[in-house]
Amino acid sequence: MAADATTRTETFPSGIVSVALGEVVRQVPVDEPSPLPPNALLAVIGKPVPRQNGRAKVTGATTFTVDVTLPGMLHGRILRAPLPHAVVRSIDSSAAARHPGVCAIMPIVSPGDSATATVRYVGAPVAAVAAVSVAAAEEALRLVRVDYDSLPFVVDLDKACEPTAPAVYDSASAPMGHASGFPAAPGLPLHGNVRGPATDVRGDPTQGFAQSDVVVEGEFRTQVQTHCCLEPHAIVADWRADGLTVYMSTQFTAGVRHELAETFGLPLNSVRVIVDGMGGGFGSKSSLGNYGRIAVALSRQARAPVRLVLDRKEEQMDSGNRPGTWQHLKIGAKRDGSLAAISLTSYGTAGVALGAGIGNVAQSMYACPNFEAAQHDVFINAGPGCAMRAPGNTPGAWAIEQAIDEIAERLSIDPLALRDRIDLSPVRREERRIGAERIGWQRRHGPGTDSGPIRRGLGVAQSLWGANVQINCACEVRVMRDGSVEVRSSVQDIGTGIGTVLAQVVAEVFGLRVDQIAVRIGDTEFPAGPPSHGSRTTASITPAARTAACQVLQLLLREAALALNAAPGNLIAREGRILVRDDPSRGMSFIDATARLRTDRISAVASRGDDYSDFRRRMGDAAMAQQDLGGVQFAAVAVDTETGIVRVERVVAVQDCGRPMNPLLIESQVQGGVLMGVSYALFEERILDQHTGRMVNPNLEQYKLAGSFETPAIDVILLENYQGQSATDAYGIGEPASIATAPAIANAVYNAIGVRVRSLPMTPAAILTALGKVPLRKSRT
Amino acid sequence: MIETASAIIGTVEAKEANTESVIGPDPVSITLRVNGVARILQVEPRMTLAEALRGSLGLTGTKIACNRGACSACTVWLDDVTVCSCMMLAIEVGARNVTTIEGLAVGDKLHPVQTAFVEHDALQCGFCTPGMVMSCAALLEHQSDPTADDVNAAISGHICRCGTYPHVVAATLAAAKARKA
Repeated sequence: MAADATTRTETFPSGIVSVALGEVVRQVPVDEPSPLPPNALLAVIGKPVPRQNGRAKVTGATTFTVDVTLPGMLHGRILRAPLPHAVVRSIDSSAAARHPGVCAIMPIVSPGDSATATVRYVGAPVAAVAAVSVAAAEEALRLVRVDYDSLPFVVDLDKACEPTAPAVYDSASAPMGHASGFPAAPGLPLHGNVRGPATDVRGDPTQGFAQSDVVVEGEFRTQVQTHCCLEPHAIVADWRADGLTVYMSTQFTAGVRHELAETFGLPLNSVRVIVDGMGGGFGSKSSLGNYGRIAVALSRQARAPVRLVLDRKEEQMDSGNRPGTWQHLKIGAKRDGSLAAISLTSYGTAGVALGAGIGNVAQSMYACPNFEAAQHDVFINAGPGCAMRAPGNTPGAWAIEQAIDEIAERLSIDPLALRDRIDLSPVRREERRIGAERIGWQRRHGPGTDSGPIRRGLGVAQSLWGANVQINCACEVRVMRDGSVEVRSSVQDIGTGIGTVLAQVVAEVFGLRVDQIAVRIGDTEFPAGPPSHGSRTTASITPAARTAACQVLQLLLREAALALNAAPGNLIAREGRILVRDDPSRGMSFIDATARLRTDRISAVASRGDDYSDFRRRMGDAAMAQQDLGGVQFAAVAVDTETGIVRVERVVAVQDCGRPMNPLLIESQVQGGVLMGVSYALFEERILDQHTGRMVNPNLEQYKLAGSFETPAIDVILLENYQGQSATDAYGIGEPASIATAPAIANAVYNAIGVRVRSLPMTPAAILTALGKVPLRKSRT
Repeated sequence: MIETASAIIGTVEAKEANTESVIGPDPVSITLRVNGVARILQVEPRMTLAEALRGSLGLTGTKIACNRGACSACTVWLDDVTVCSCMMLAIEVGARNVTTIEGLAVGDKLHPVQTAFVEHDALQCGFCTPGMVMSCAALLEHQSDPTADDVNAAISGHICRCGTYPHVVAATLAAAKARKA
């Protein structure tokens, strides 16, 4: 393609460095910066830089939303339904309103009208108060009298599918689309509690199975997992005549601002959302939420700031969860291992919400000409699910990655060799090679051939995740006359250290140290940054930051050029100096250059351009890059066949995130993803009482989480994979790091004991059941 | 009642804390020795130490995540013992010295565990971090040369959803080494 006036031709580094680093020529828009060299040639990007807000976090100085106190601030609490399905007949809040500490009280449901007064899960909001203290608010809630007409309910996935099951919704009241924050196809039929199927067909599966030499078939289950953010969902809402300011523990300041403006009929310029410390979200803090709307409404009513913090029980019951699934998977293969057909049926439940699909791993990871899927959402009387770290693909990988191993065994092909044959991704091919070497794959024995009470095994599994990008994403870079530099965006640091990465990007452009860049983020007064979900933060904001910084540098070089009597294009910024490229003995310090500025500052705002070879898909403010993010994880386990305890001894995680921007921070994220996978595999499960609909483990001790002693040795290995697609060529890591862990452990458990466990979590009881040592346990949702 | 509760952690200062047989529900005046400073504050008897620190005293570095002793985010030192500050009442503290995350550094000089946490990236969202730091620093007070298992034991009651345990262990071992050097 010939260059026109709006583009120019550039040559980018391209390829996986450990395989071969080559080049790719692309047309790029003229306002994009010059290609960023590979990390080996850079001063700051790609280096293990400690996070810039680390000191504040280890000294307790960071202000989290739960720490925000405003003058005259009140405390909000929510009255929640004690029944899983009921119509609210009346709410009498007169006694509560007389409580001396109460400043505002409001019903959340409208009694009497079955359409709007129905509560559908234990923990659904019914009324709310704002009072002078949390204790006063809770005292007031106890004075609210609510009359309920109890309705039949169902909290079990299997029972909810039966035609005679109590209906959670009727066709008029059922949510239709994106109700849970995670996409669900619109316009699907509802039969009882079962919505769907969402179908996907490719080729002719029937013929594919007929031509198969082997067919494996199995049912797989995944449990409901809760997010368990350490900082509860929290908001401080400050409604004033001249505008609304909200402090919120959120993954998306700009998105929440938009929701607030729409919900309360305010112009965007009078809504401000701020977050400094953000104590974990994992998908559950992506939107305003019912608690957010309630806090703002209370503040408006009370004419005072209101802080609303969920307690741990509310966190577990009504702040989202990863939907549980039942999957039936059938795969046919030829003798040489090539796949002939895949057929997948799923029934998942996000409680009263939609979004229990199982993603696209089965559709997309392996070459297979014939494919069919039918995915269903099943409503139950339980708290709404929402996106949770790699939604869909995490339960999806649980099934497909075990089934692929079964095919390999039936064909007597090594699981890695089979994947080499059917997985076309060069990224995962290299990851398999690296990981196999690190874990010592050649010492893997046949399934169940270890002896003794404690049996060891090795397993592998792979992941697939889209390389997501937020198009509506911008960043400002400022250079002041005294040489100070700052980067500004509404993007929030949820623990990934994105602020530090932004400082690296800007420091690299100006030839400065990271600590010379002030990072101002987490405030919608700055240009709107991306959400911190969908593993898109780094991919979206770092190119914008580099583009803005390069534009500011050009302005600065113009000033320096006059002083140095050189062409601006012949100047470079390096090690705190502005130098003449072909005569580095001539130059001036960065500060001397900025001192020459005519005004007190120079600044540029840049947005995320399109990927240079365009996106594969655009969806509103978001887009998906051409390439996928692949990961391969290996697990080494020891299974105690007498107690049923599975111990994960080691995980080797080989991951791709394009250009690694900061390996220290990425290692932390990958370790966290692996650990969340270990916890999902072995411990976590929301348990609902079938007779009352209540969660029986709504806390952090009976809801089991992996702790320090359950943490395996985790080897993190990052590919350095250049595509020449953006100003930084960086993509995400948070979700890809978590998808493959559980099936890798399951495949290792199979290798250890020779029995396949198809339900999560793999508790001691499940292992002993699989070994035939205790009777079959009834499944739970 | 107060004496019994205080006995849980071994020292009894109930007399000093309050001599009346029945107190509350209205606030009572107590003195808390926090980070070397005696602070007088009004607390309702039902107020936990964590609430008193975070509310009345404005020491919000101590975090409440589960409010029932299951996650250790609220860990502070009572003299030289780590406790979950959500699991004791403010009126139980008596004359013992409370050390919170704000009191660990000496002026601008971070505790070696704090320095090592930053260098080893032993934190992500940072919400469990103050509690983690307090437990790891306490470990080094009692054991100058810990093993990885010692660190794992010291933080076994802590929950970190971001999964920082490997870096927490590495940081604490490095801090122990740095202190000896």
